[in-house]
Amino acid sequence: MASEAMELTERRVNYLNAATTVKSWLMTLDHKRIGLLYLFAISFFFAIGGIFATLVRLELVTPEGDLMSGEMYNRSFTMHGVIMIFFFLIPSIPAVLGNFCIPLMLGAKDVAFPRLNLMSWYIFMIGASMMMYTLISGGIDTGWTFYPPYSSIYSNSQVTLAGVSIFITGFSSILTGLNFMVTIHTMRAPGLTWFRLPLFIWAHYATSLIMVLGTPVIAITVLALALERTFQIGIFDPKLGGDPVLFQHMFWFYSHPAVYIMILPSMGVISELIANMTRKRVFGYHFVAFSSLAIAVFGFLVWGHHMFTTSQSMYTGAVFSLISYAVGIPSAIKVFNWTATIYKGSVSYDTPMIYALAFLGLFTIGGMTGLFLAALGLDIHLQDTYFVVAHFHYVMVGGAIIGYLGGMHYWWPKITGKMYPEIWGRVSAAIIFIGFNLTFFPQFVVGYLGMPRRYHTYVPEFQVYHILSSAGASILAIGFVMPVVYFAYAIKYGKPAGANPWKASGLEWQTPSPPPTENFTYQPVITHEPYDFEHVEEIKAAARAEKLQTA
Amino acid sequence: MPEQASNFAWEVDLFYYFLTALTVFFTVGVALAAFIFMIKYRRRSEGEIPEQIEGAMKLEIAWTVIPFLISMVIFAWGAKLYYQMYTAPGEALEIFVTGKQWMWRAQHPDGQREINELHLPLGRRVKLTMTSEDVIHAYFIPAFRTKTDVVPGRYTMSWFTPTKTGTFHLFCAEYCGTQHSGMIGKIVVMEAADYQAWLRGVPREATPAEAGQKFFTSLACNNCHIEDNTGRCPSLADLYGTDVRLEDGTTVKVDETYIRESILNPAKKVVAGYQPVMPTFQGQVTEEQIAMIIAYIKSIGPKKPGGSAAAGGAAAAPSPAAAAQAAKQPASQPAKPGAAPKGNQPKQN
Repeated sequence: MASEAMELTERRVNYLNAATTVKSWLMTLDHKRIGLLYLFAISFFFAIGGIFATLVRLELVTPEGDLMSGEMYNRSFTMHGVIMIFFFLIPSIPAVLGNFCIPLMLGAKDVAFPRLNLMSWYIFMIGASMMMYTLISGGIDTGWTFYPPYSSIYSNSQVTLAGVSIFITGFSSILTGLNFMVTIHTMRAPGLTWFRLPLFIWAHYATSLIMVLGTPVIAITVLALALERTFQIGIFDPKLGGDPVLFQHMFWFYSHPAVYIMILPSMGVISELIANMTRKRVFGYHFVAFSSLAIAVFGFLVWGHHMFTTSQSMYTGAVFSLISYAVGIPSAIKVFNWTATIYKGSVSYDTPMIYALAFLGLFTIGGMTGLFLAALGLDIHLQDTYFVVAHFHYVMVGGAIIGYLGGMHYWWPKITGKMYPEIWGRVSAAIIFIGFNLTFFPQFVVGYLGMPRRYHTYVPEFQVYHILSSAGASILAIGFVMPVVYFAYAIKYGKPAGANPWKASGLEWQTPSPPPTENFTYQPVITHEPYDFEHVEEIKAAARAEKLQTA
Repeated sequence: MPEQASNFAWEVDLFYYFLTALTVFFTVGVALAAFIFMIKYRRRSEGEIPEQIEGAMKLEIAWTVIPFLISMVIFAWGAKLYYQMYTAPGEALEIFVTGKQWMWRAQHPDGQREINELHLPLGRRVKLTMTSEDVIHAYFIPAFRTKTDVVPGRYTMSWFTPTKTGTFHLFCAEYCGTQHSGMIGKIVVMEAADYQAWLRGVPREATPAEAGQKFFTSLACNNCHIEDNTGRCPSLADLYGTDVRLEDGTTVKVDETYIRESILNPAKKVVAGYQPVMPTFQGQVTEEQIAMIIAYIKSIGPKKPGGSAAAGGAAAAPSPAAAAQAAKQPASQPAKPGAAPKGNQPKQN
């Protein structure tokens, strides 16, 4: 029986085996294949960014600068930040899982503009290749924030090249966002009204808004910086009448919303995981949906909270602080609603749920510590210390990456048609959770004690916290390598997944795994709300089987 | 907790404890709820479908309004502290700080200078006026819970009252290049009497105002800015702290920032009734020299009771070190009346 089923899966034509040439991958217009192209690219950049993180953590084991020079250390943390943010976190969930899932969830054949989608990947790869060239030719040492006049005059590194690379990569983001928005507006299956959309789609819609509206600003900013550096035109250099703080305004006008580009899709994933792993409709669906939009809108109005110590006017500071609290509320609403969703559910302990739980805890800490930093008088002490480093790693790793990994485990059977070894999934999730907390929790403490960020050497009394942190990082690294191994193993040896291994409610589970190139062999028509488990055939079948057994 | 050594420290810490308690409360609350639900409502059969719950408006309102109210309390407390830190105190010990890759220089009002150290008297308000010679730095004293960016092209201010004697860390908190982590120093808080003794022990150079007066002459400023207002430019006597009318009808307060701007970019805000004839001194004067000229203009400004501008005139005899320092400075060259300022200053930088 089982081998027969396996044979059937093998023989069925799907998007993976429909064509196997290299050209068929590099010229593909299939959103699912493009998602996989992104997956390979960003996994590579995650590894590169991870290598630099390793170098940084190794250097910080001792207070002295004994592993590498200050110059090398500065380049290491800068490359870690630049690669992780622009080449891993920003594309991660939208470009991989968003690309793969959005048309499936909408009951569509593809995104609205398949060619544009492929072009986005090529633009991304051109930008990324330039960044790799930047790296090989010496890298940059400005920090990922590129503050002038250090970056525009004093730095002897490849700032212009890196700026051009980010400028180019930005277009990939803009085009992907545009593609998603048009797709969500125009490609929904009959009956799929806005309030029947999965929350993953709402989150990606909000993310796309930020991508389209925000990314042009970072493009302008890095272009202005490159011009300033090359031609000394005096936009940011005070000696030429410019204003270095202007750069910070422009930079954060994008880069604060950019953190929502990273976290919103993760929130979308968590909504799917919690609902489907507990078989519960997401509690307060409308609130969770609209809180995504609220975050996208308010997210544009809070950039000044990165600049409380720059001597901007006191009243400006007060306004930015106030609005920053406003943006915290929608995040709190989401956390409470997710927790309430679990209540009276049918909770599965499979890996995606473990990740969702880890997200709830870690994101709550990450979000709450944001309140410390938005508090004007307290931020004066905390700004530019390890407290900030810990806060954004709790949001970016504890939030965004945990969500990404949870999503990868959840949709892996759909993407490849094979199950990963469940036990290893749970073990690696636990290892990541422990390693993560050990790495970043001590940084809150050492930050409040006064340890500034971006320090190559430090005063000896901080050493114990750095040792804990580096020890945690080594555990975290093991946790990150494990899924790569068992995912690769599962492709060849994993059990066939079947169409709906989680007995989940989404439209993407109503087509075979892996899906055929055209996604659905029939035209889906939607007649009910999302997360309606009464309609899931697999649950009904299981209930019938159980009844037979007891009878 | 780092040591509490300034007037702000206790309240910042209290605020921090309050927020930590809130964070623990909410994190433990959410985690515990999730954990209990997870155990209690674990999946018991593969075919079960739990009872569905739409949501609850009352709950939604509660967990929107309550966090909002809490966050407004946090906002108000933070804003109040920020306002205190931001509002310059009245009478204070005024110290001028310059950041430069990769060192901190400080000058006391009586002319004592130090590098990567700052000696302060206990219990006296201190106001730091700061600028940078090159890139952005930040003056961070964890034990005082104060931090201010030090930005090229503008003055920033920081104030505090040291409340504990001892030696504390000084860190540069804004990334500034290769030796960023080496741009650290010591803050030494001493009893008032010890501070006075320390001041006496440091070779006293010209006070900033005295040095500024020399620059004022050597840069030939005095050729046009004549005290009885007969020159081509306004007199600078009794000017500091007043409001002046500009060509375009607006008024501007004569403070550090306006004087600095007028030295570097004189044509930008010309006083009504005068021609923009003054050349720029951009690239000819360092930030420290500008600060000295400002100190001089302050010293000839309207006299205020308790102002420190004219204090310390001839307290100590010039030491050999001070004399040597003076010899190096262009101020010691005889000023040639009428000569173009540029011609006089070839070796400034």
